[in-house]
Parts: sequence; C-alpha cells; structure tokens
Amino acid sequence: MEGRVATPEEIPAAGPFSGAPTWLLGLVPLVLIIASIGTFAVLGGPGLGERTGPPVEEVAIERTVLEPGVIELTVRNDGPDAVTIAQAVVNDAFVQFSGADEPIERLRTATVRISQPWIEGEAYEVALVTSTGGTIVHEIPVAVETPEPDLSFFGLMALLGVYVGVIPVALGMLWLPWVRRIPATWLRGVMAVTVGLLAFLAFDATLEGFELAGEGSQAFGGSALVLLGAVVAYLLLSGTTAWMTRRKAAAKAAGASAGTLALMVAVGIGLHNLGEGVAIGASYATGALALGAFLVVGFAIHNTTEGLAIVAPLAHQRVRVGRLALLGLVAGAPAVLGAWIGAAAFNASAAAFLFGFGAGAIAQVIVQLTPSLRDDDGRVLNPIAVGGILAGLAVMFLTGLLVAA
Amino acid sequence: MAALAHTAVPHGHPWEPEANAASGGHDGDHSVAHAGSSGHADFRDAGTVDHARNGFDPQEIVRDFDWGKTRRGPNGRVIREWELVATDKEIEVAPGVTFAAWTYNGRIPGPTLRCREGERLRITFVNGSAHPHTIHFHGLHPAAMDGVPGQGAGEIAPGGRTVYEFDALPAGLHLYHCHVRPLAEHIAKGLYGAFIVDPKDGRPDADELVMVMNGFDTNFDRANEFYAANTIPFAYMNRPIQVKRDELVRVYLVNILEYDLINSFHLHGNLFDYYPTGTASRPSELTDTVMLCQGQRGILEWRFPYAGKYMFHAHQSEFTELGWQGFFEVPG
Repeated sequence: MEGRVATPEEIPAAGPFSGAPTWLLGLVPLVLIIASIGTFAVLGGPGLGERTGPPVEEVAIERTVLEPGVIELTVRNDGPDAVTIAQAVVNDAFVQFSGADEPIERLRTATVRISQPWIEGEAYEVALVTSTGGTIVHEIPVAVETPEPDLSFFGLMALLGVYVGVIPVALGMLWLPWVRRIPATWLRGVMAVTVGLLAFLAFDATLEGFELAGEGSQAFGGSALVLLGAVVAYLLLSGTTAWMTRRKAAAKAAGASAGTLALMVAVGIGLHNLGEGVAIGASYATGALALGAFLVVGFAIHNTTEGLAIVAPLAHQRVRVGRLALLGLVAGAPAVLGAWIGAAAFNASAAAFLFGFGAGAIAQVIVQLTPSLRDDDGRVLNPIAVGGILAGLAVMFLTGLLVAA
Repeated sequence: MAALAHTAVPHGHPWEPEANAASGGHDGDHSVAHAGSSGHADFRDAGTVDHARNGFDPQEIVRDFDWGKTRRGPNGRVIREWELVATDKEIEVAPGVTFAAWTYNGRIPGPTLRCREGERLRITFVNGSAHPHTIHFHGLHPAAMDGVPGQGAGEIAPGGRTVYEFDALPAGLHLYHCHVRPLAEHIAKGLYGAFIVDPKDGRPDADELVMVMNGFDTNFDRANEFYAANTIPFAYMNRPIQVKRDELVRVYLVNILEYDLINSFHLHGNLFDYYPTGTASRPSELTDTVMLCQGQRGILEWRFPYAGKYMFHAHQSEFTELGWQGFFEVPG
C-alpha cells in the first residue's frame, strides 16, 4: 500500500506502459499477487515464527439426530486448527461412540454416533472431549426421536405447509372483490396496512435469522449471513423488477407495474414463508413443536393477512383466476418446501441466510409499494397511510401472539 | 469382633458354581456390546493410555512402595532418605487426551513413601519445574519442615532444592502435596502422593495396595473431567487387580481429589474393616462404603471368600462413570 494516491493530473497521458495491451495491464497485478502468496506459503510464512499458545478449538454442533439408543451429532470445525475428538460423555458418564476417527480439519464436518439409552422427554448434555482435554458441550433440552424422513413424514410436512401457507394466503386473497369496490382513499389505507404487515414480517425474519445464526457455525459468518442474505435478496429483486418493468413497458405501459407489484409482494411473502416453513419443520423434527390445532389456527390467521397484501395492488386491474392462483402458490407453497428442508436437512447457518433473504425481499417490496401510499399532495406518510401501517403492525403483532413457534 | 466377620463367612463351597456362573454370565454378556465391551461406562472401545510414554502404570503404582535408602545414624538410629524431583510433564490422562501435568518423580501420584515409626526421614526436594513448589507432609514435624510458604525454606524456586527432615510420626497413613498458591492448581496438576508410617511392630502380613483417589480438570473450568484411583480412569476395569482368595487384602486409601467436596470408596460383594488415618489398631467399623474429604485417608482390610470379579468404585455414580471404577479379580 502506497502512502500517497496519484491524482488525475499526475497520471501521464502516455506513460511507459502505453504500448502494452489493456488485458496485460489487468493481468500483471493478479499474477504478482498469486506469485507472492505462493512464495509466502511455500516458505512457510518467513519471519512469523511458531504460533503462540495452544491450538484453538471451536466446534459447532450442526445437527442432532436421536434414534432409539443412539444420539448422533454432526459437528463442524469452526476454528483455525484441526480438532481431534478423543472421548464422549453423556450426562457425566463416558460413553461408547463411533465416527470422528480422524482429526476434523477446518470447516470440515464429522458425524459422531453415541450409544446412549436415552429416555423420551428427558434432557441430555453431551460433552465431546478433545485431545487437549477441552470439552464441546451440547444440550439436548428434550429428547425426542427424530422422525424418519420417509414418505408419510414428507406428507405430514406438506400438509403442515398447506395449512399454514397455502390455504391462509388463498383465503386472504378473497378480499380482492372488496378491494376493487372501495374508494381510492380506502385503498391507500389498505396498501398502508399491507406495508405494516410486511414491515412486521421483515423485523420478525431478521430477528429469527439472528437467533439461528447464533446457533450455527460461526466460521460461515454467523450473524453476517442474515445481513448478507437481505442485501442479496434486495438487489436481486430490484434487478428483476427493473427488468420486468422495462419488458412490460415495451408491451403496454399502463397497468404493468400493478401486476409486477403483486408478483413481487407474492415473491417476498413466499420467501418469508419458506423461512417460516424451515423453522416449523426444524422445530417439529427436534420435538420442540407440538403440532396442535391451536398452532395451525394461529398460523392460518397470521398468514391470512398476507393474502390481502398480494391482492391490494391488483384493485384496478383485471386478473385471471389462474394468475391469482399462481400468485397464491408463489406466496404460500414455499412453506411446504421449507417444512421439508427444515425437517430433513436443517442447517442453522443456511436457515439464517434464508431468513435474511426473506427480510431483504420484503424490504424491497415495501420500497415498491411506498409510492401507492401517496395522497393527492404527494406525501407518503399521510394520516391514512400512517394509520394503515400502524394497523398492519398491530394486526401482525396480535395474531403473532397466537403462534408459539 | 469385626475381624471375625471374615472368618465367619462359610468357606465350604456349595454355592460356588452359581457364583462362578453369575460372574461368567456377567462377563459374557455381549447383548449390550455397542454400549462398551463390558456393559460398564468406559472409554471409547475400552481403550487405554500409553503407560510406557507416561512413564508410569497404575498396575505397578498400586503395589509400588518406595522405602527409600537407609543408613545408620550415630546412635544407631535408621535414617531413611528419598529424593523427589518436581517436573512439568505432559501425560496422557485418558486415551487420546493429554494434560500438562506437574509431577513428583515423573509420576502421578508421586512415589508412595514408606517408613517405620520413629525413623529419621530426610527428603531432598529438587524443583525441576518452571514454577515454585514445595512438599508439605501430613504428620508430626516442626513448623520449619512444614513445606509451606514463609516457613522454613518456604517456596522452592525453579532450579532450587531443600531437605525436609523430621521423625516418622505418628504411625498411620498420611500424604504429601505441594502447598504453593494457587493451591487448587498446584494439587490438581498432580503434585501429591501417599506417605505411610508403619507401626514399630508392623502390621499383619497382607497383600498391600495403595490407591490415591484423584481427578483431572482438563478444560480448566474448576470441575473434573476425569476421575480415578491412581490417575488413569478405568485402568482397573479392563485389567483387574489380581488378588488371592482368603488372603488378607490391605488398601491404603488416600483422597486428594480437588474441586469436589467429597469422594468415596465402595467395595462390591464384601465388607472391609476401616481404620481412619491408619492410626488406631482397632477398626472403627465394618462397612462397604467410606466417604472422605480432600486429605482424608484410611486403611481398609478384608478377605475375598469367593472367586470372581468384584467391582470397587466411588459411590458417587458421576465419579464412577467418569472413570473412578475398577475390578478385583479373585481366581478360583
């Protein structure tokens, strides 16, 4: 790094490299970087000496599977050094186990199968003792057999997804005829309610994402994954919207943005429901979730409002039933997919990213919806809009109380 | 008389086949093979540590009594001498788990120092460790020989040496350990051992064993990850201590366990005479379980009237399944 920066005046119009092709000028620094890193690595980091202190052991438990008589843990090495698991302890007693015979290298995983006659409903503390005498402690708050990922299980998860995702969204969309009839001022209020609903979902997804990120492997970024997911989703959706608007503008300028907006809302809600499905599936698989009628009803009421959010932009546009069904599926069906993923292959880091992604998508949709809140003076935060947003937040908060997941 | 209880056990063997069958059945029970070869808590695949690399083996320590070197003093009195060297040493405390220990003479527990009542004892202490240490003996001695900071030679700096000299009093089972602050650390890292003063007339012939109950806090949370008698957990599970039927067994039992308030010893299929601190000639009780706090010790005596394998362990199940359990094996 140089201490001074060349100002435009200092750059000669015709320097010593003026004859060299552009691609070469782009390539030379890259080659030098690779060469110097290679040399540094080959020489073993000259001048740096030995590391100080004992090896760092950071390990995350990514997945817990309970079978009769067996506790299976998938561990990922988060730290800079290899970790060797020497012994295993369950509830203060050494136990027999298989797996993790070799040292676990950085970012690699190993599966440890521990033989333990665990009892349903009881709590267990598993400690893996490393070669340095350190312990990796993992709590199993309530021992419940992990469901076999067979056909009936996937069927159950699909049913769950339909209950909490598809049906409520479809029911919510039945507000469309009403939305068509109400005066323009009211419609602005409804759009504001939608913004409130979505804002609540964005907060909810972000917080849930951060919580999951804390559980997962920190080497993959931890909480940063949530923010990263949000930014990626926001940018992707912005790009897609711009592209779709331009394409449609060529065909028919007016009305195109309403359809696009409805689709964007559906996509945003769909991504959120994907995350919600993952959370439901994962907690069901770990026994943390009781599948009661109350929970399903709670989710249904909570998610019905999402249907309203989708149809609100379509108030002044003719839409075929098929297209409405498609929008409903885009918003609701991901809950089914999420429940499958969450139950069968839950990964806290991936789920955290997913929640961030959902939050980013919703943020983008909110930005898209904002212009429709403008009153005749062009103000966005007019009394009706503010009232609507607050009402939306209140509805989500109150219906959220019905859901304990 | 408690001692009579042993001889009162019938030595005719009408139910011996059953006893053997029971022990054999226990041995051959492989229905829970996945839960350890023996059905007991154990290390992975019943593995054990590299005793040769550690430089000591619980199988040897259990019967290893260090009588030191003797010579006669001017008035014909026996002068008994030892040299104890403190060293920093990495030991394999459990299969695949290393621990940066501090040792006397390269072993944990340190040598079992044994002498007779009334002898003059001279213990040369050489500190080969990178940290200051002492040897603090339990027993009767002047304050200057107490091996604590500020008394006599006080803390012995790395590279330093001193001689602790006192009379072997009183007869009984004692112990020694480092007494430098932080005390818990200096003890828990391995600086301790048993110290036996035999009565003038000795004790009845017996198969004598020494067990120092200890533990190791390998993750430095001031709680032990490993428990044992004589350092290596489960060492006597897969290699039982061999004893003869009807022969008097005498165990010199010392508790030095750090971080836990108490420890205990429980014997299966038998009861023992218990002599607290080994200072009285009469047992205090006939029992199968004794409880000891840190520094407490006692002598246990019993005979096995039946052949078979008999467990012994702490009767805190947590300690038991974290390593402090073993077997006596009595051949038929």
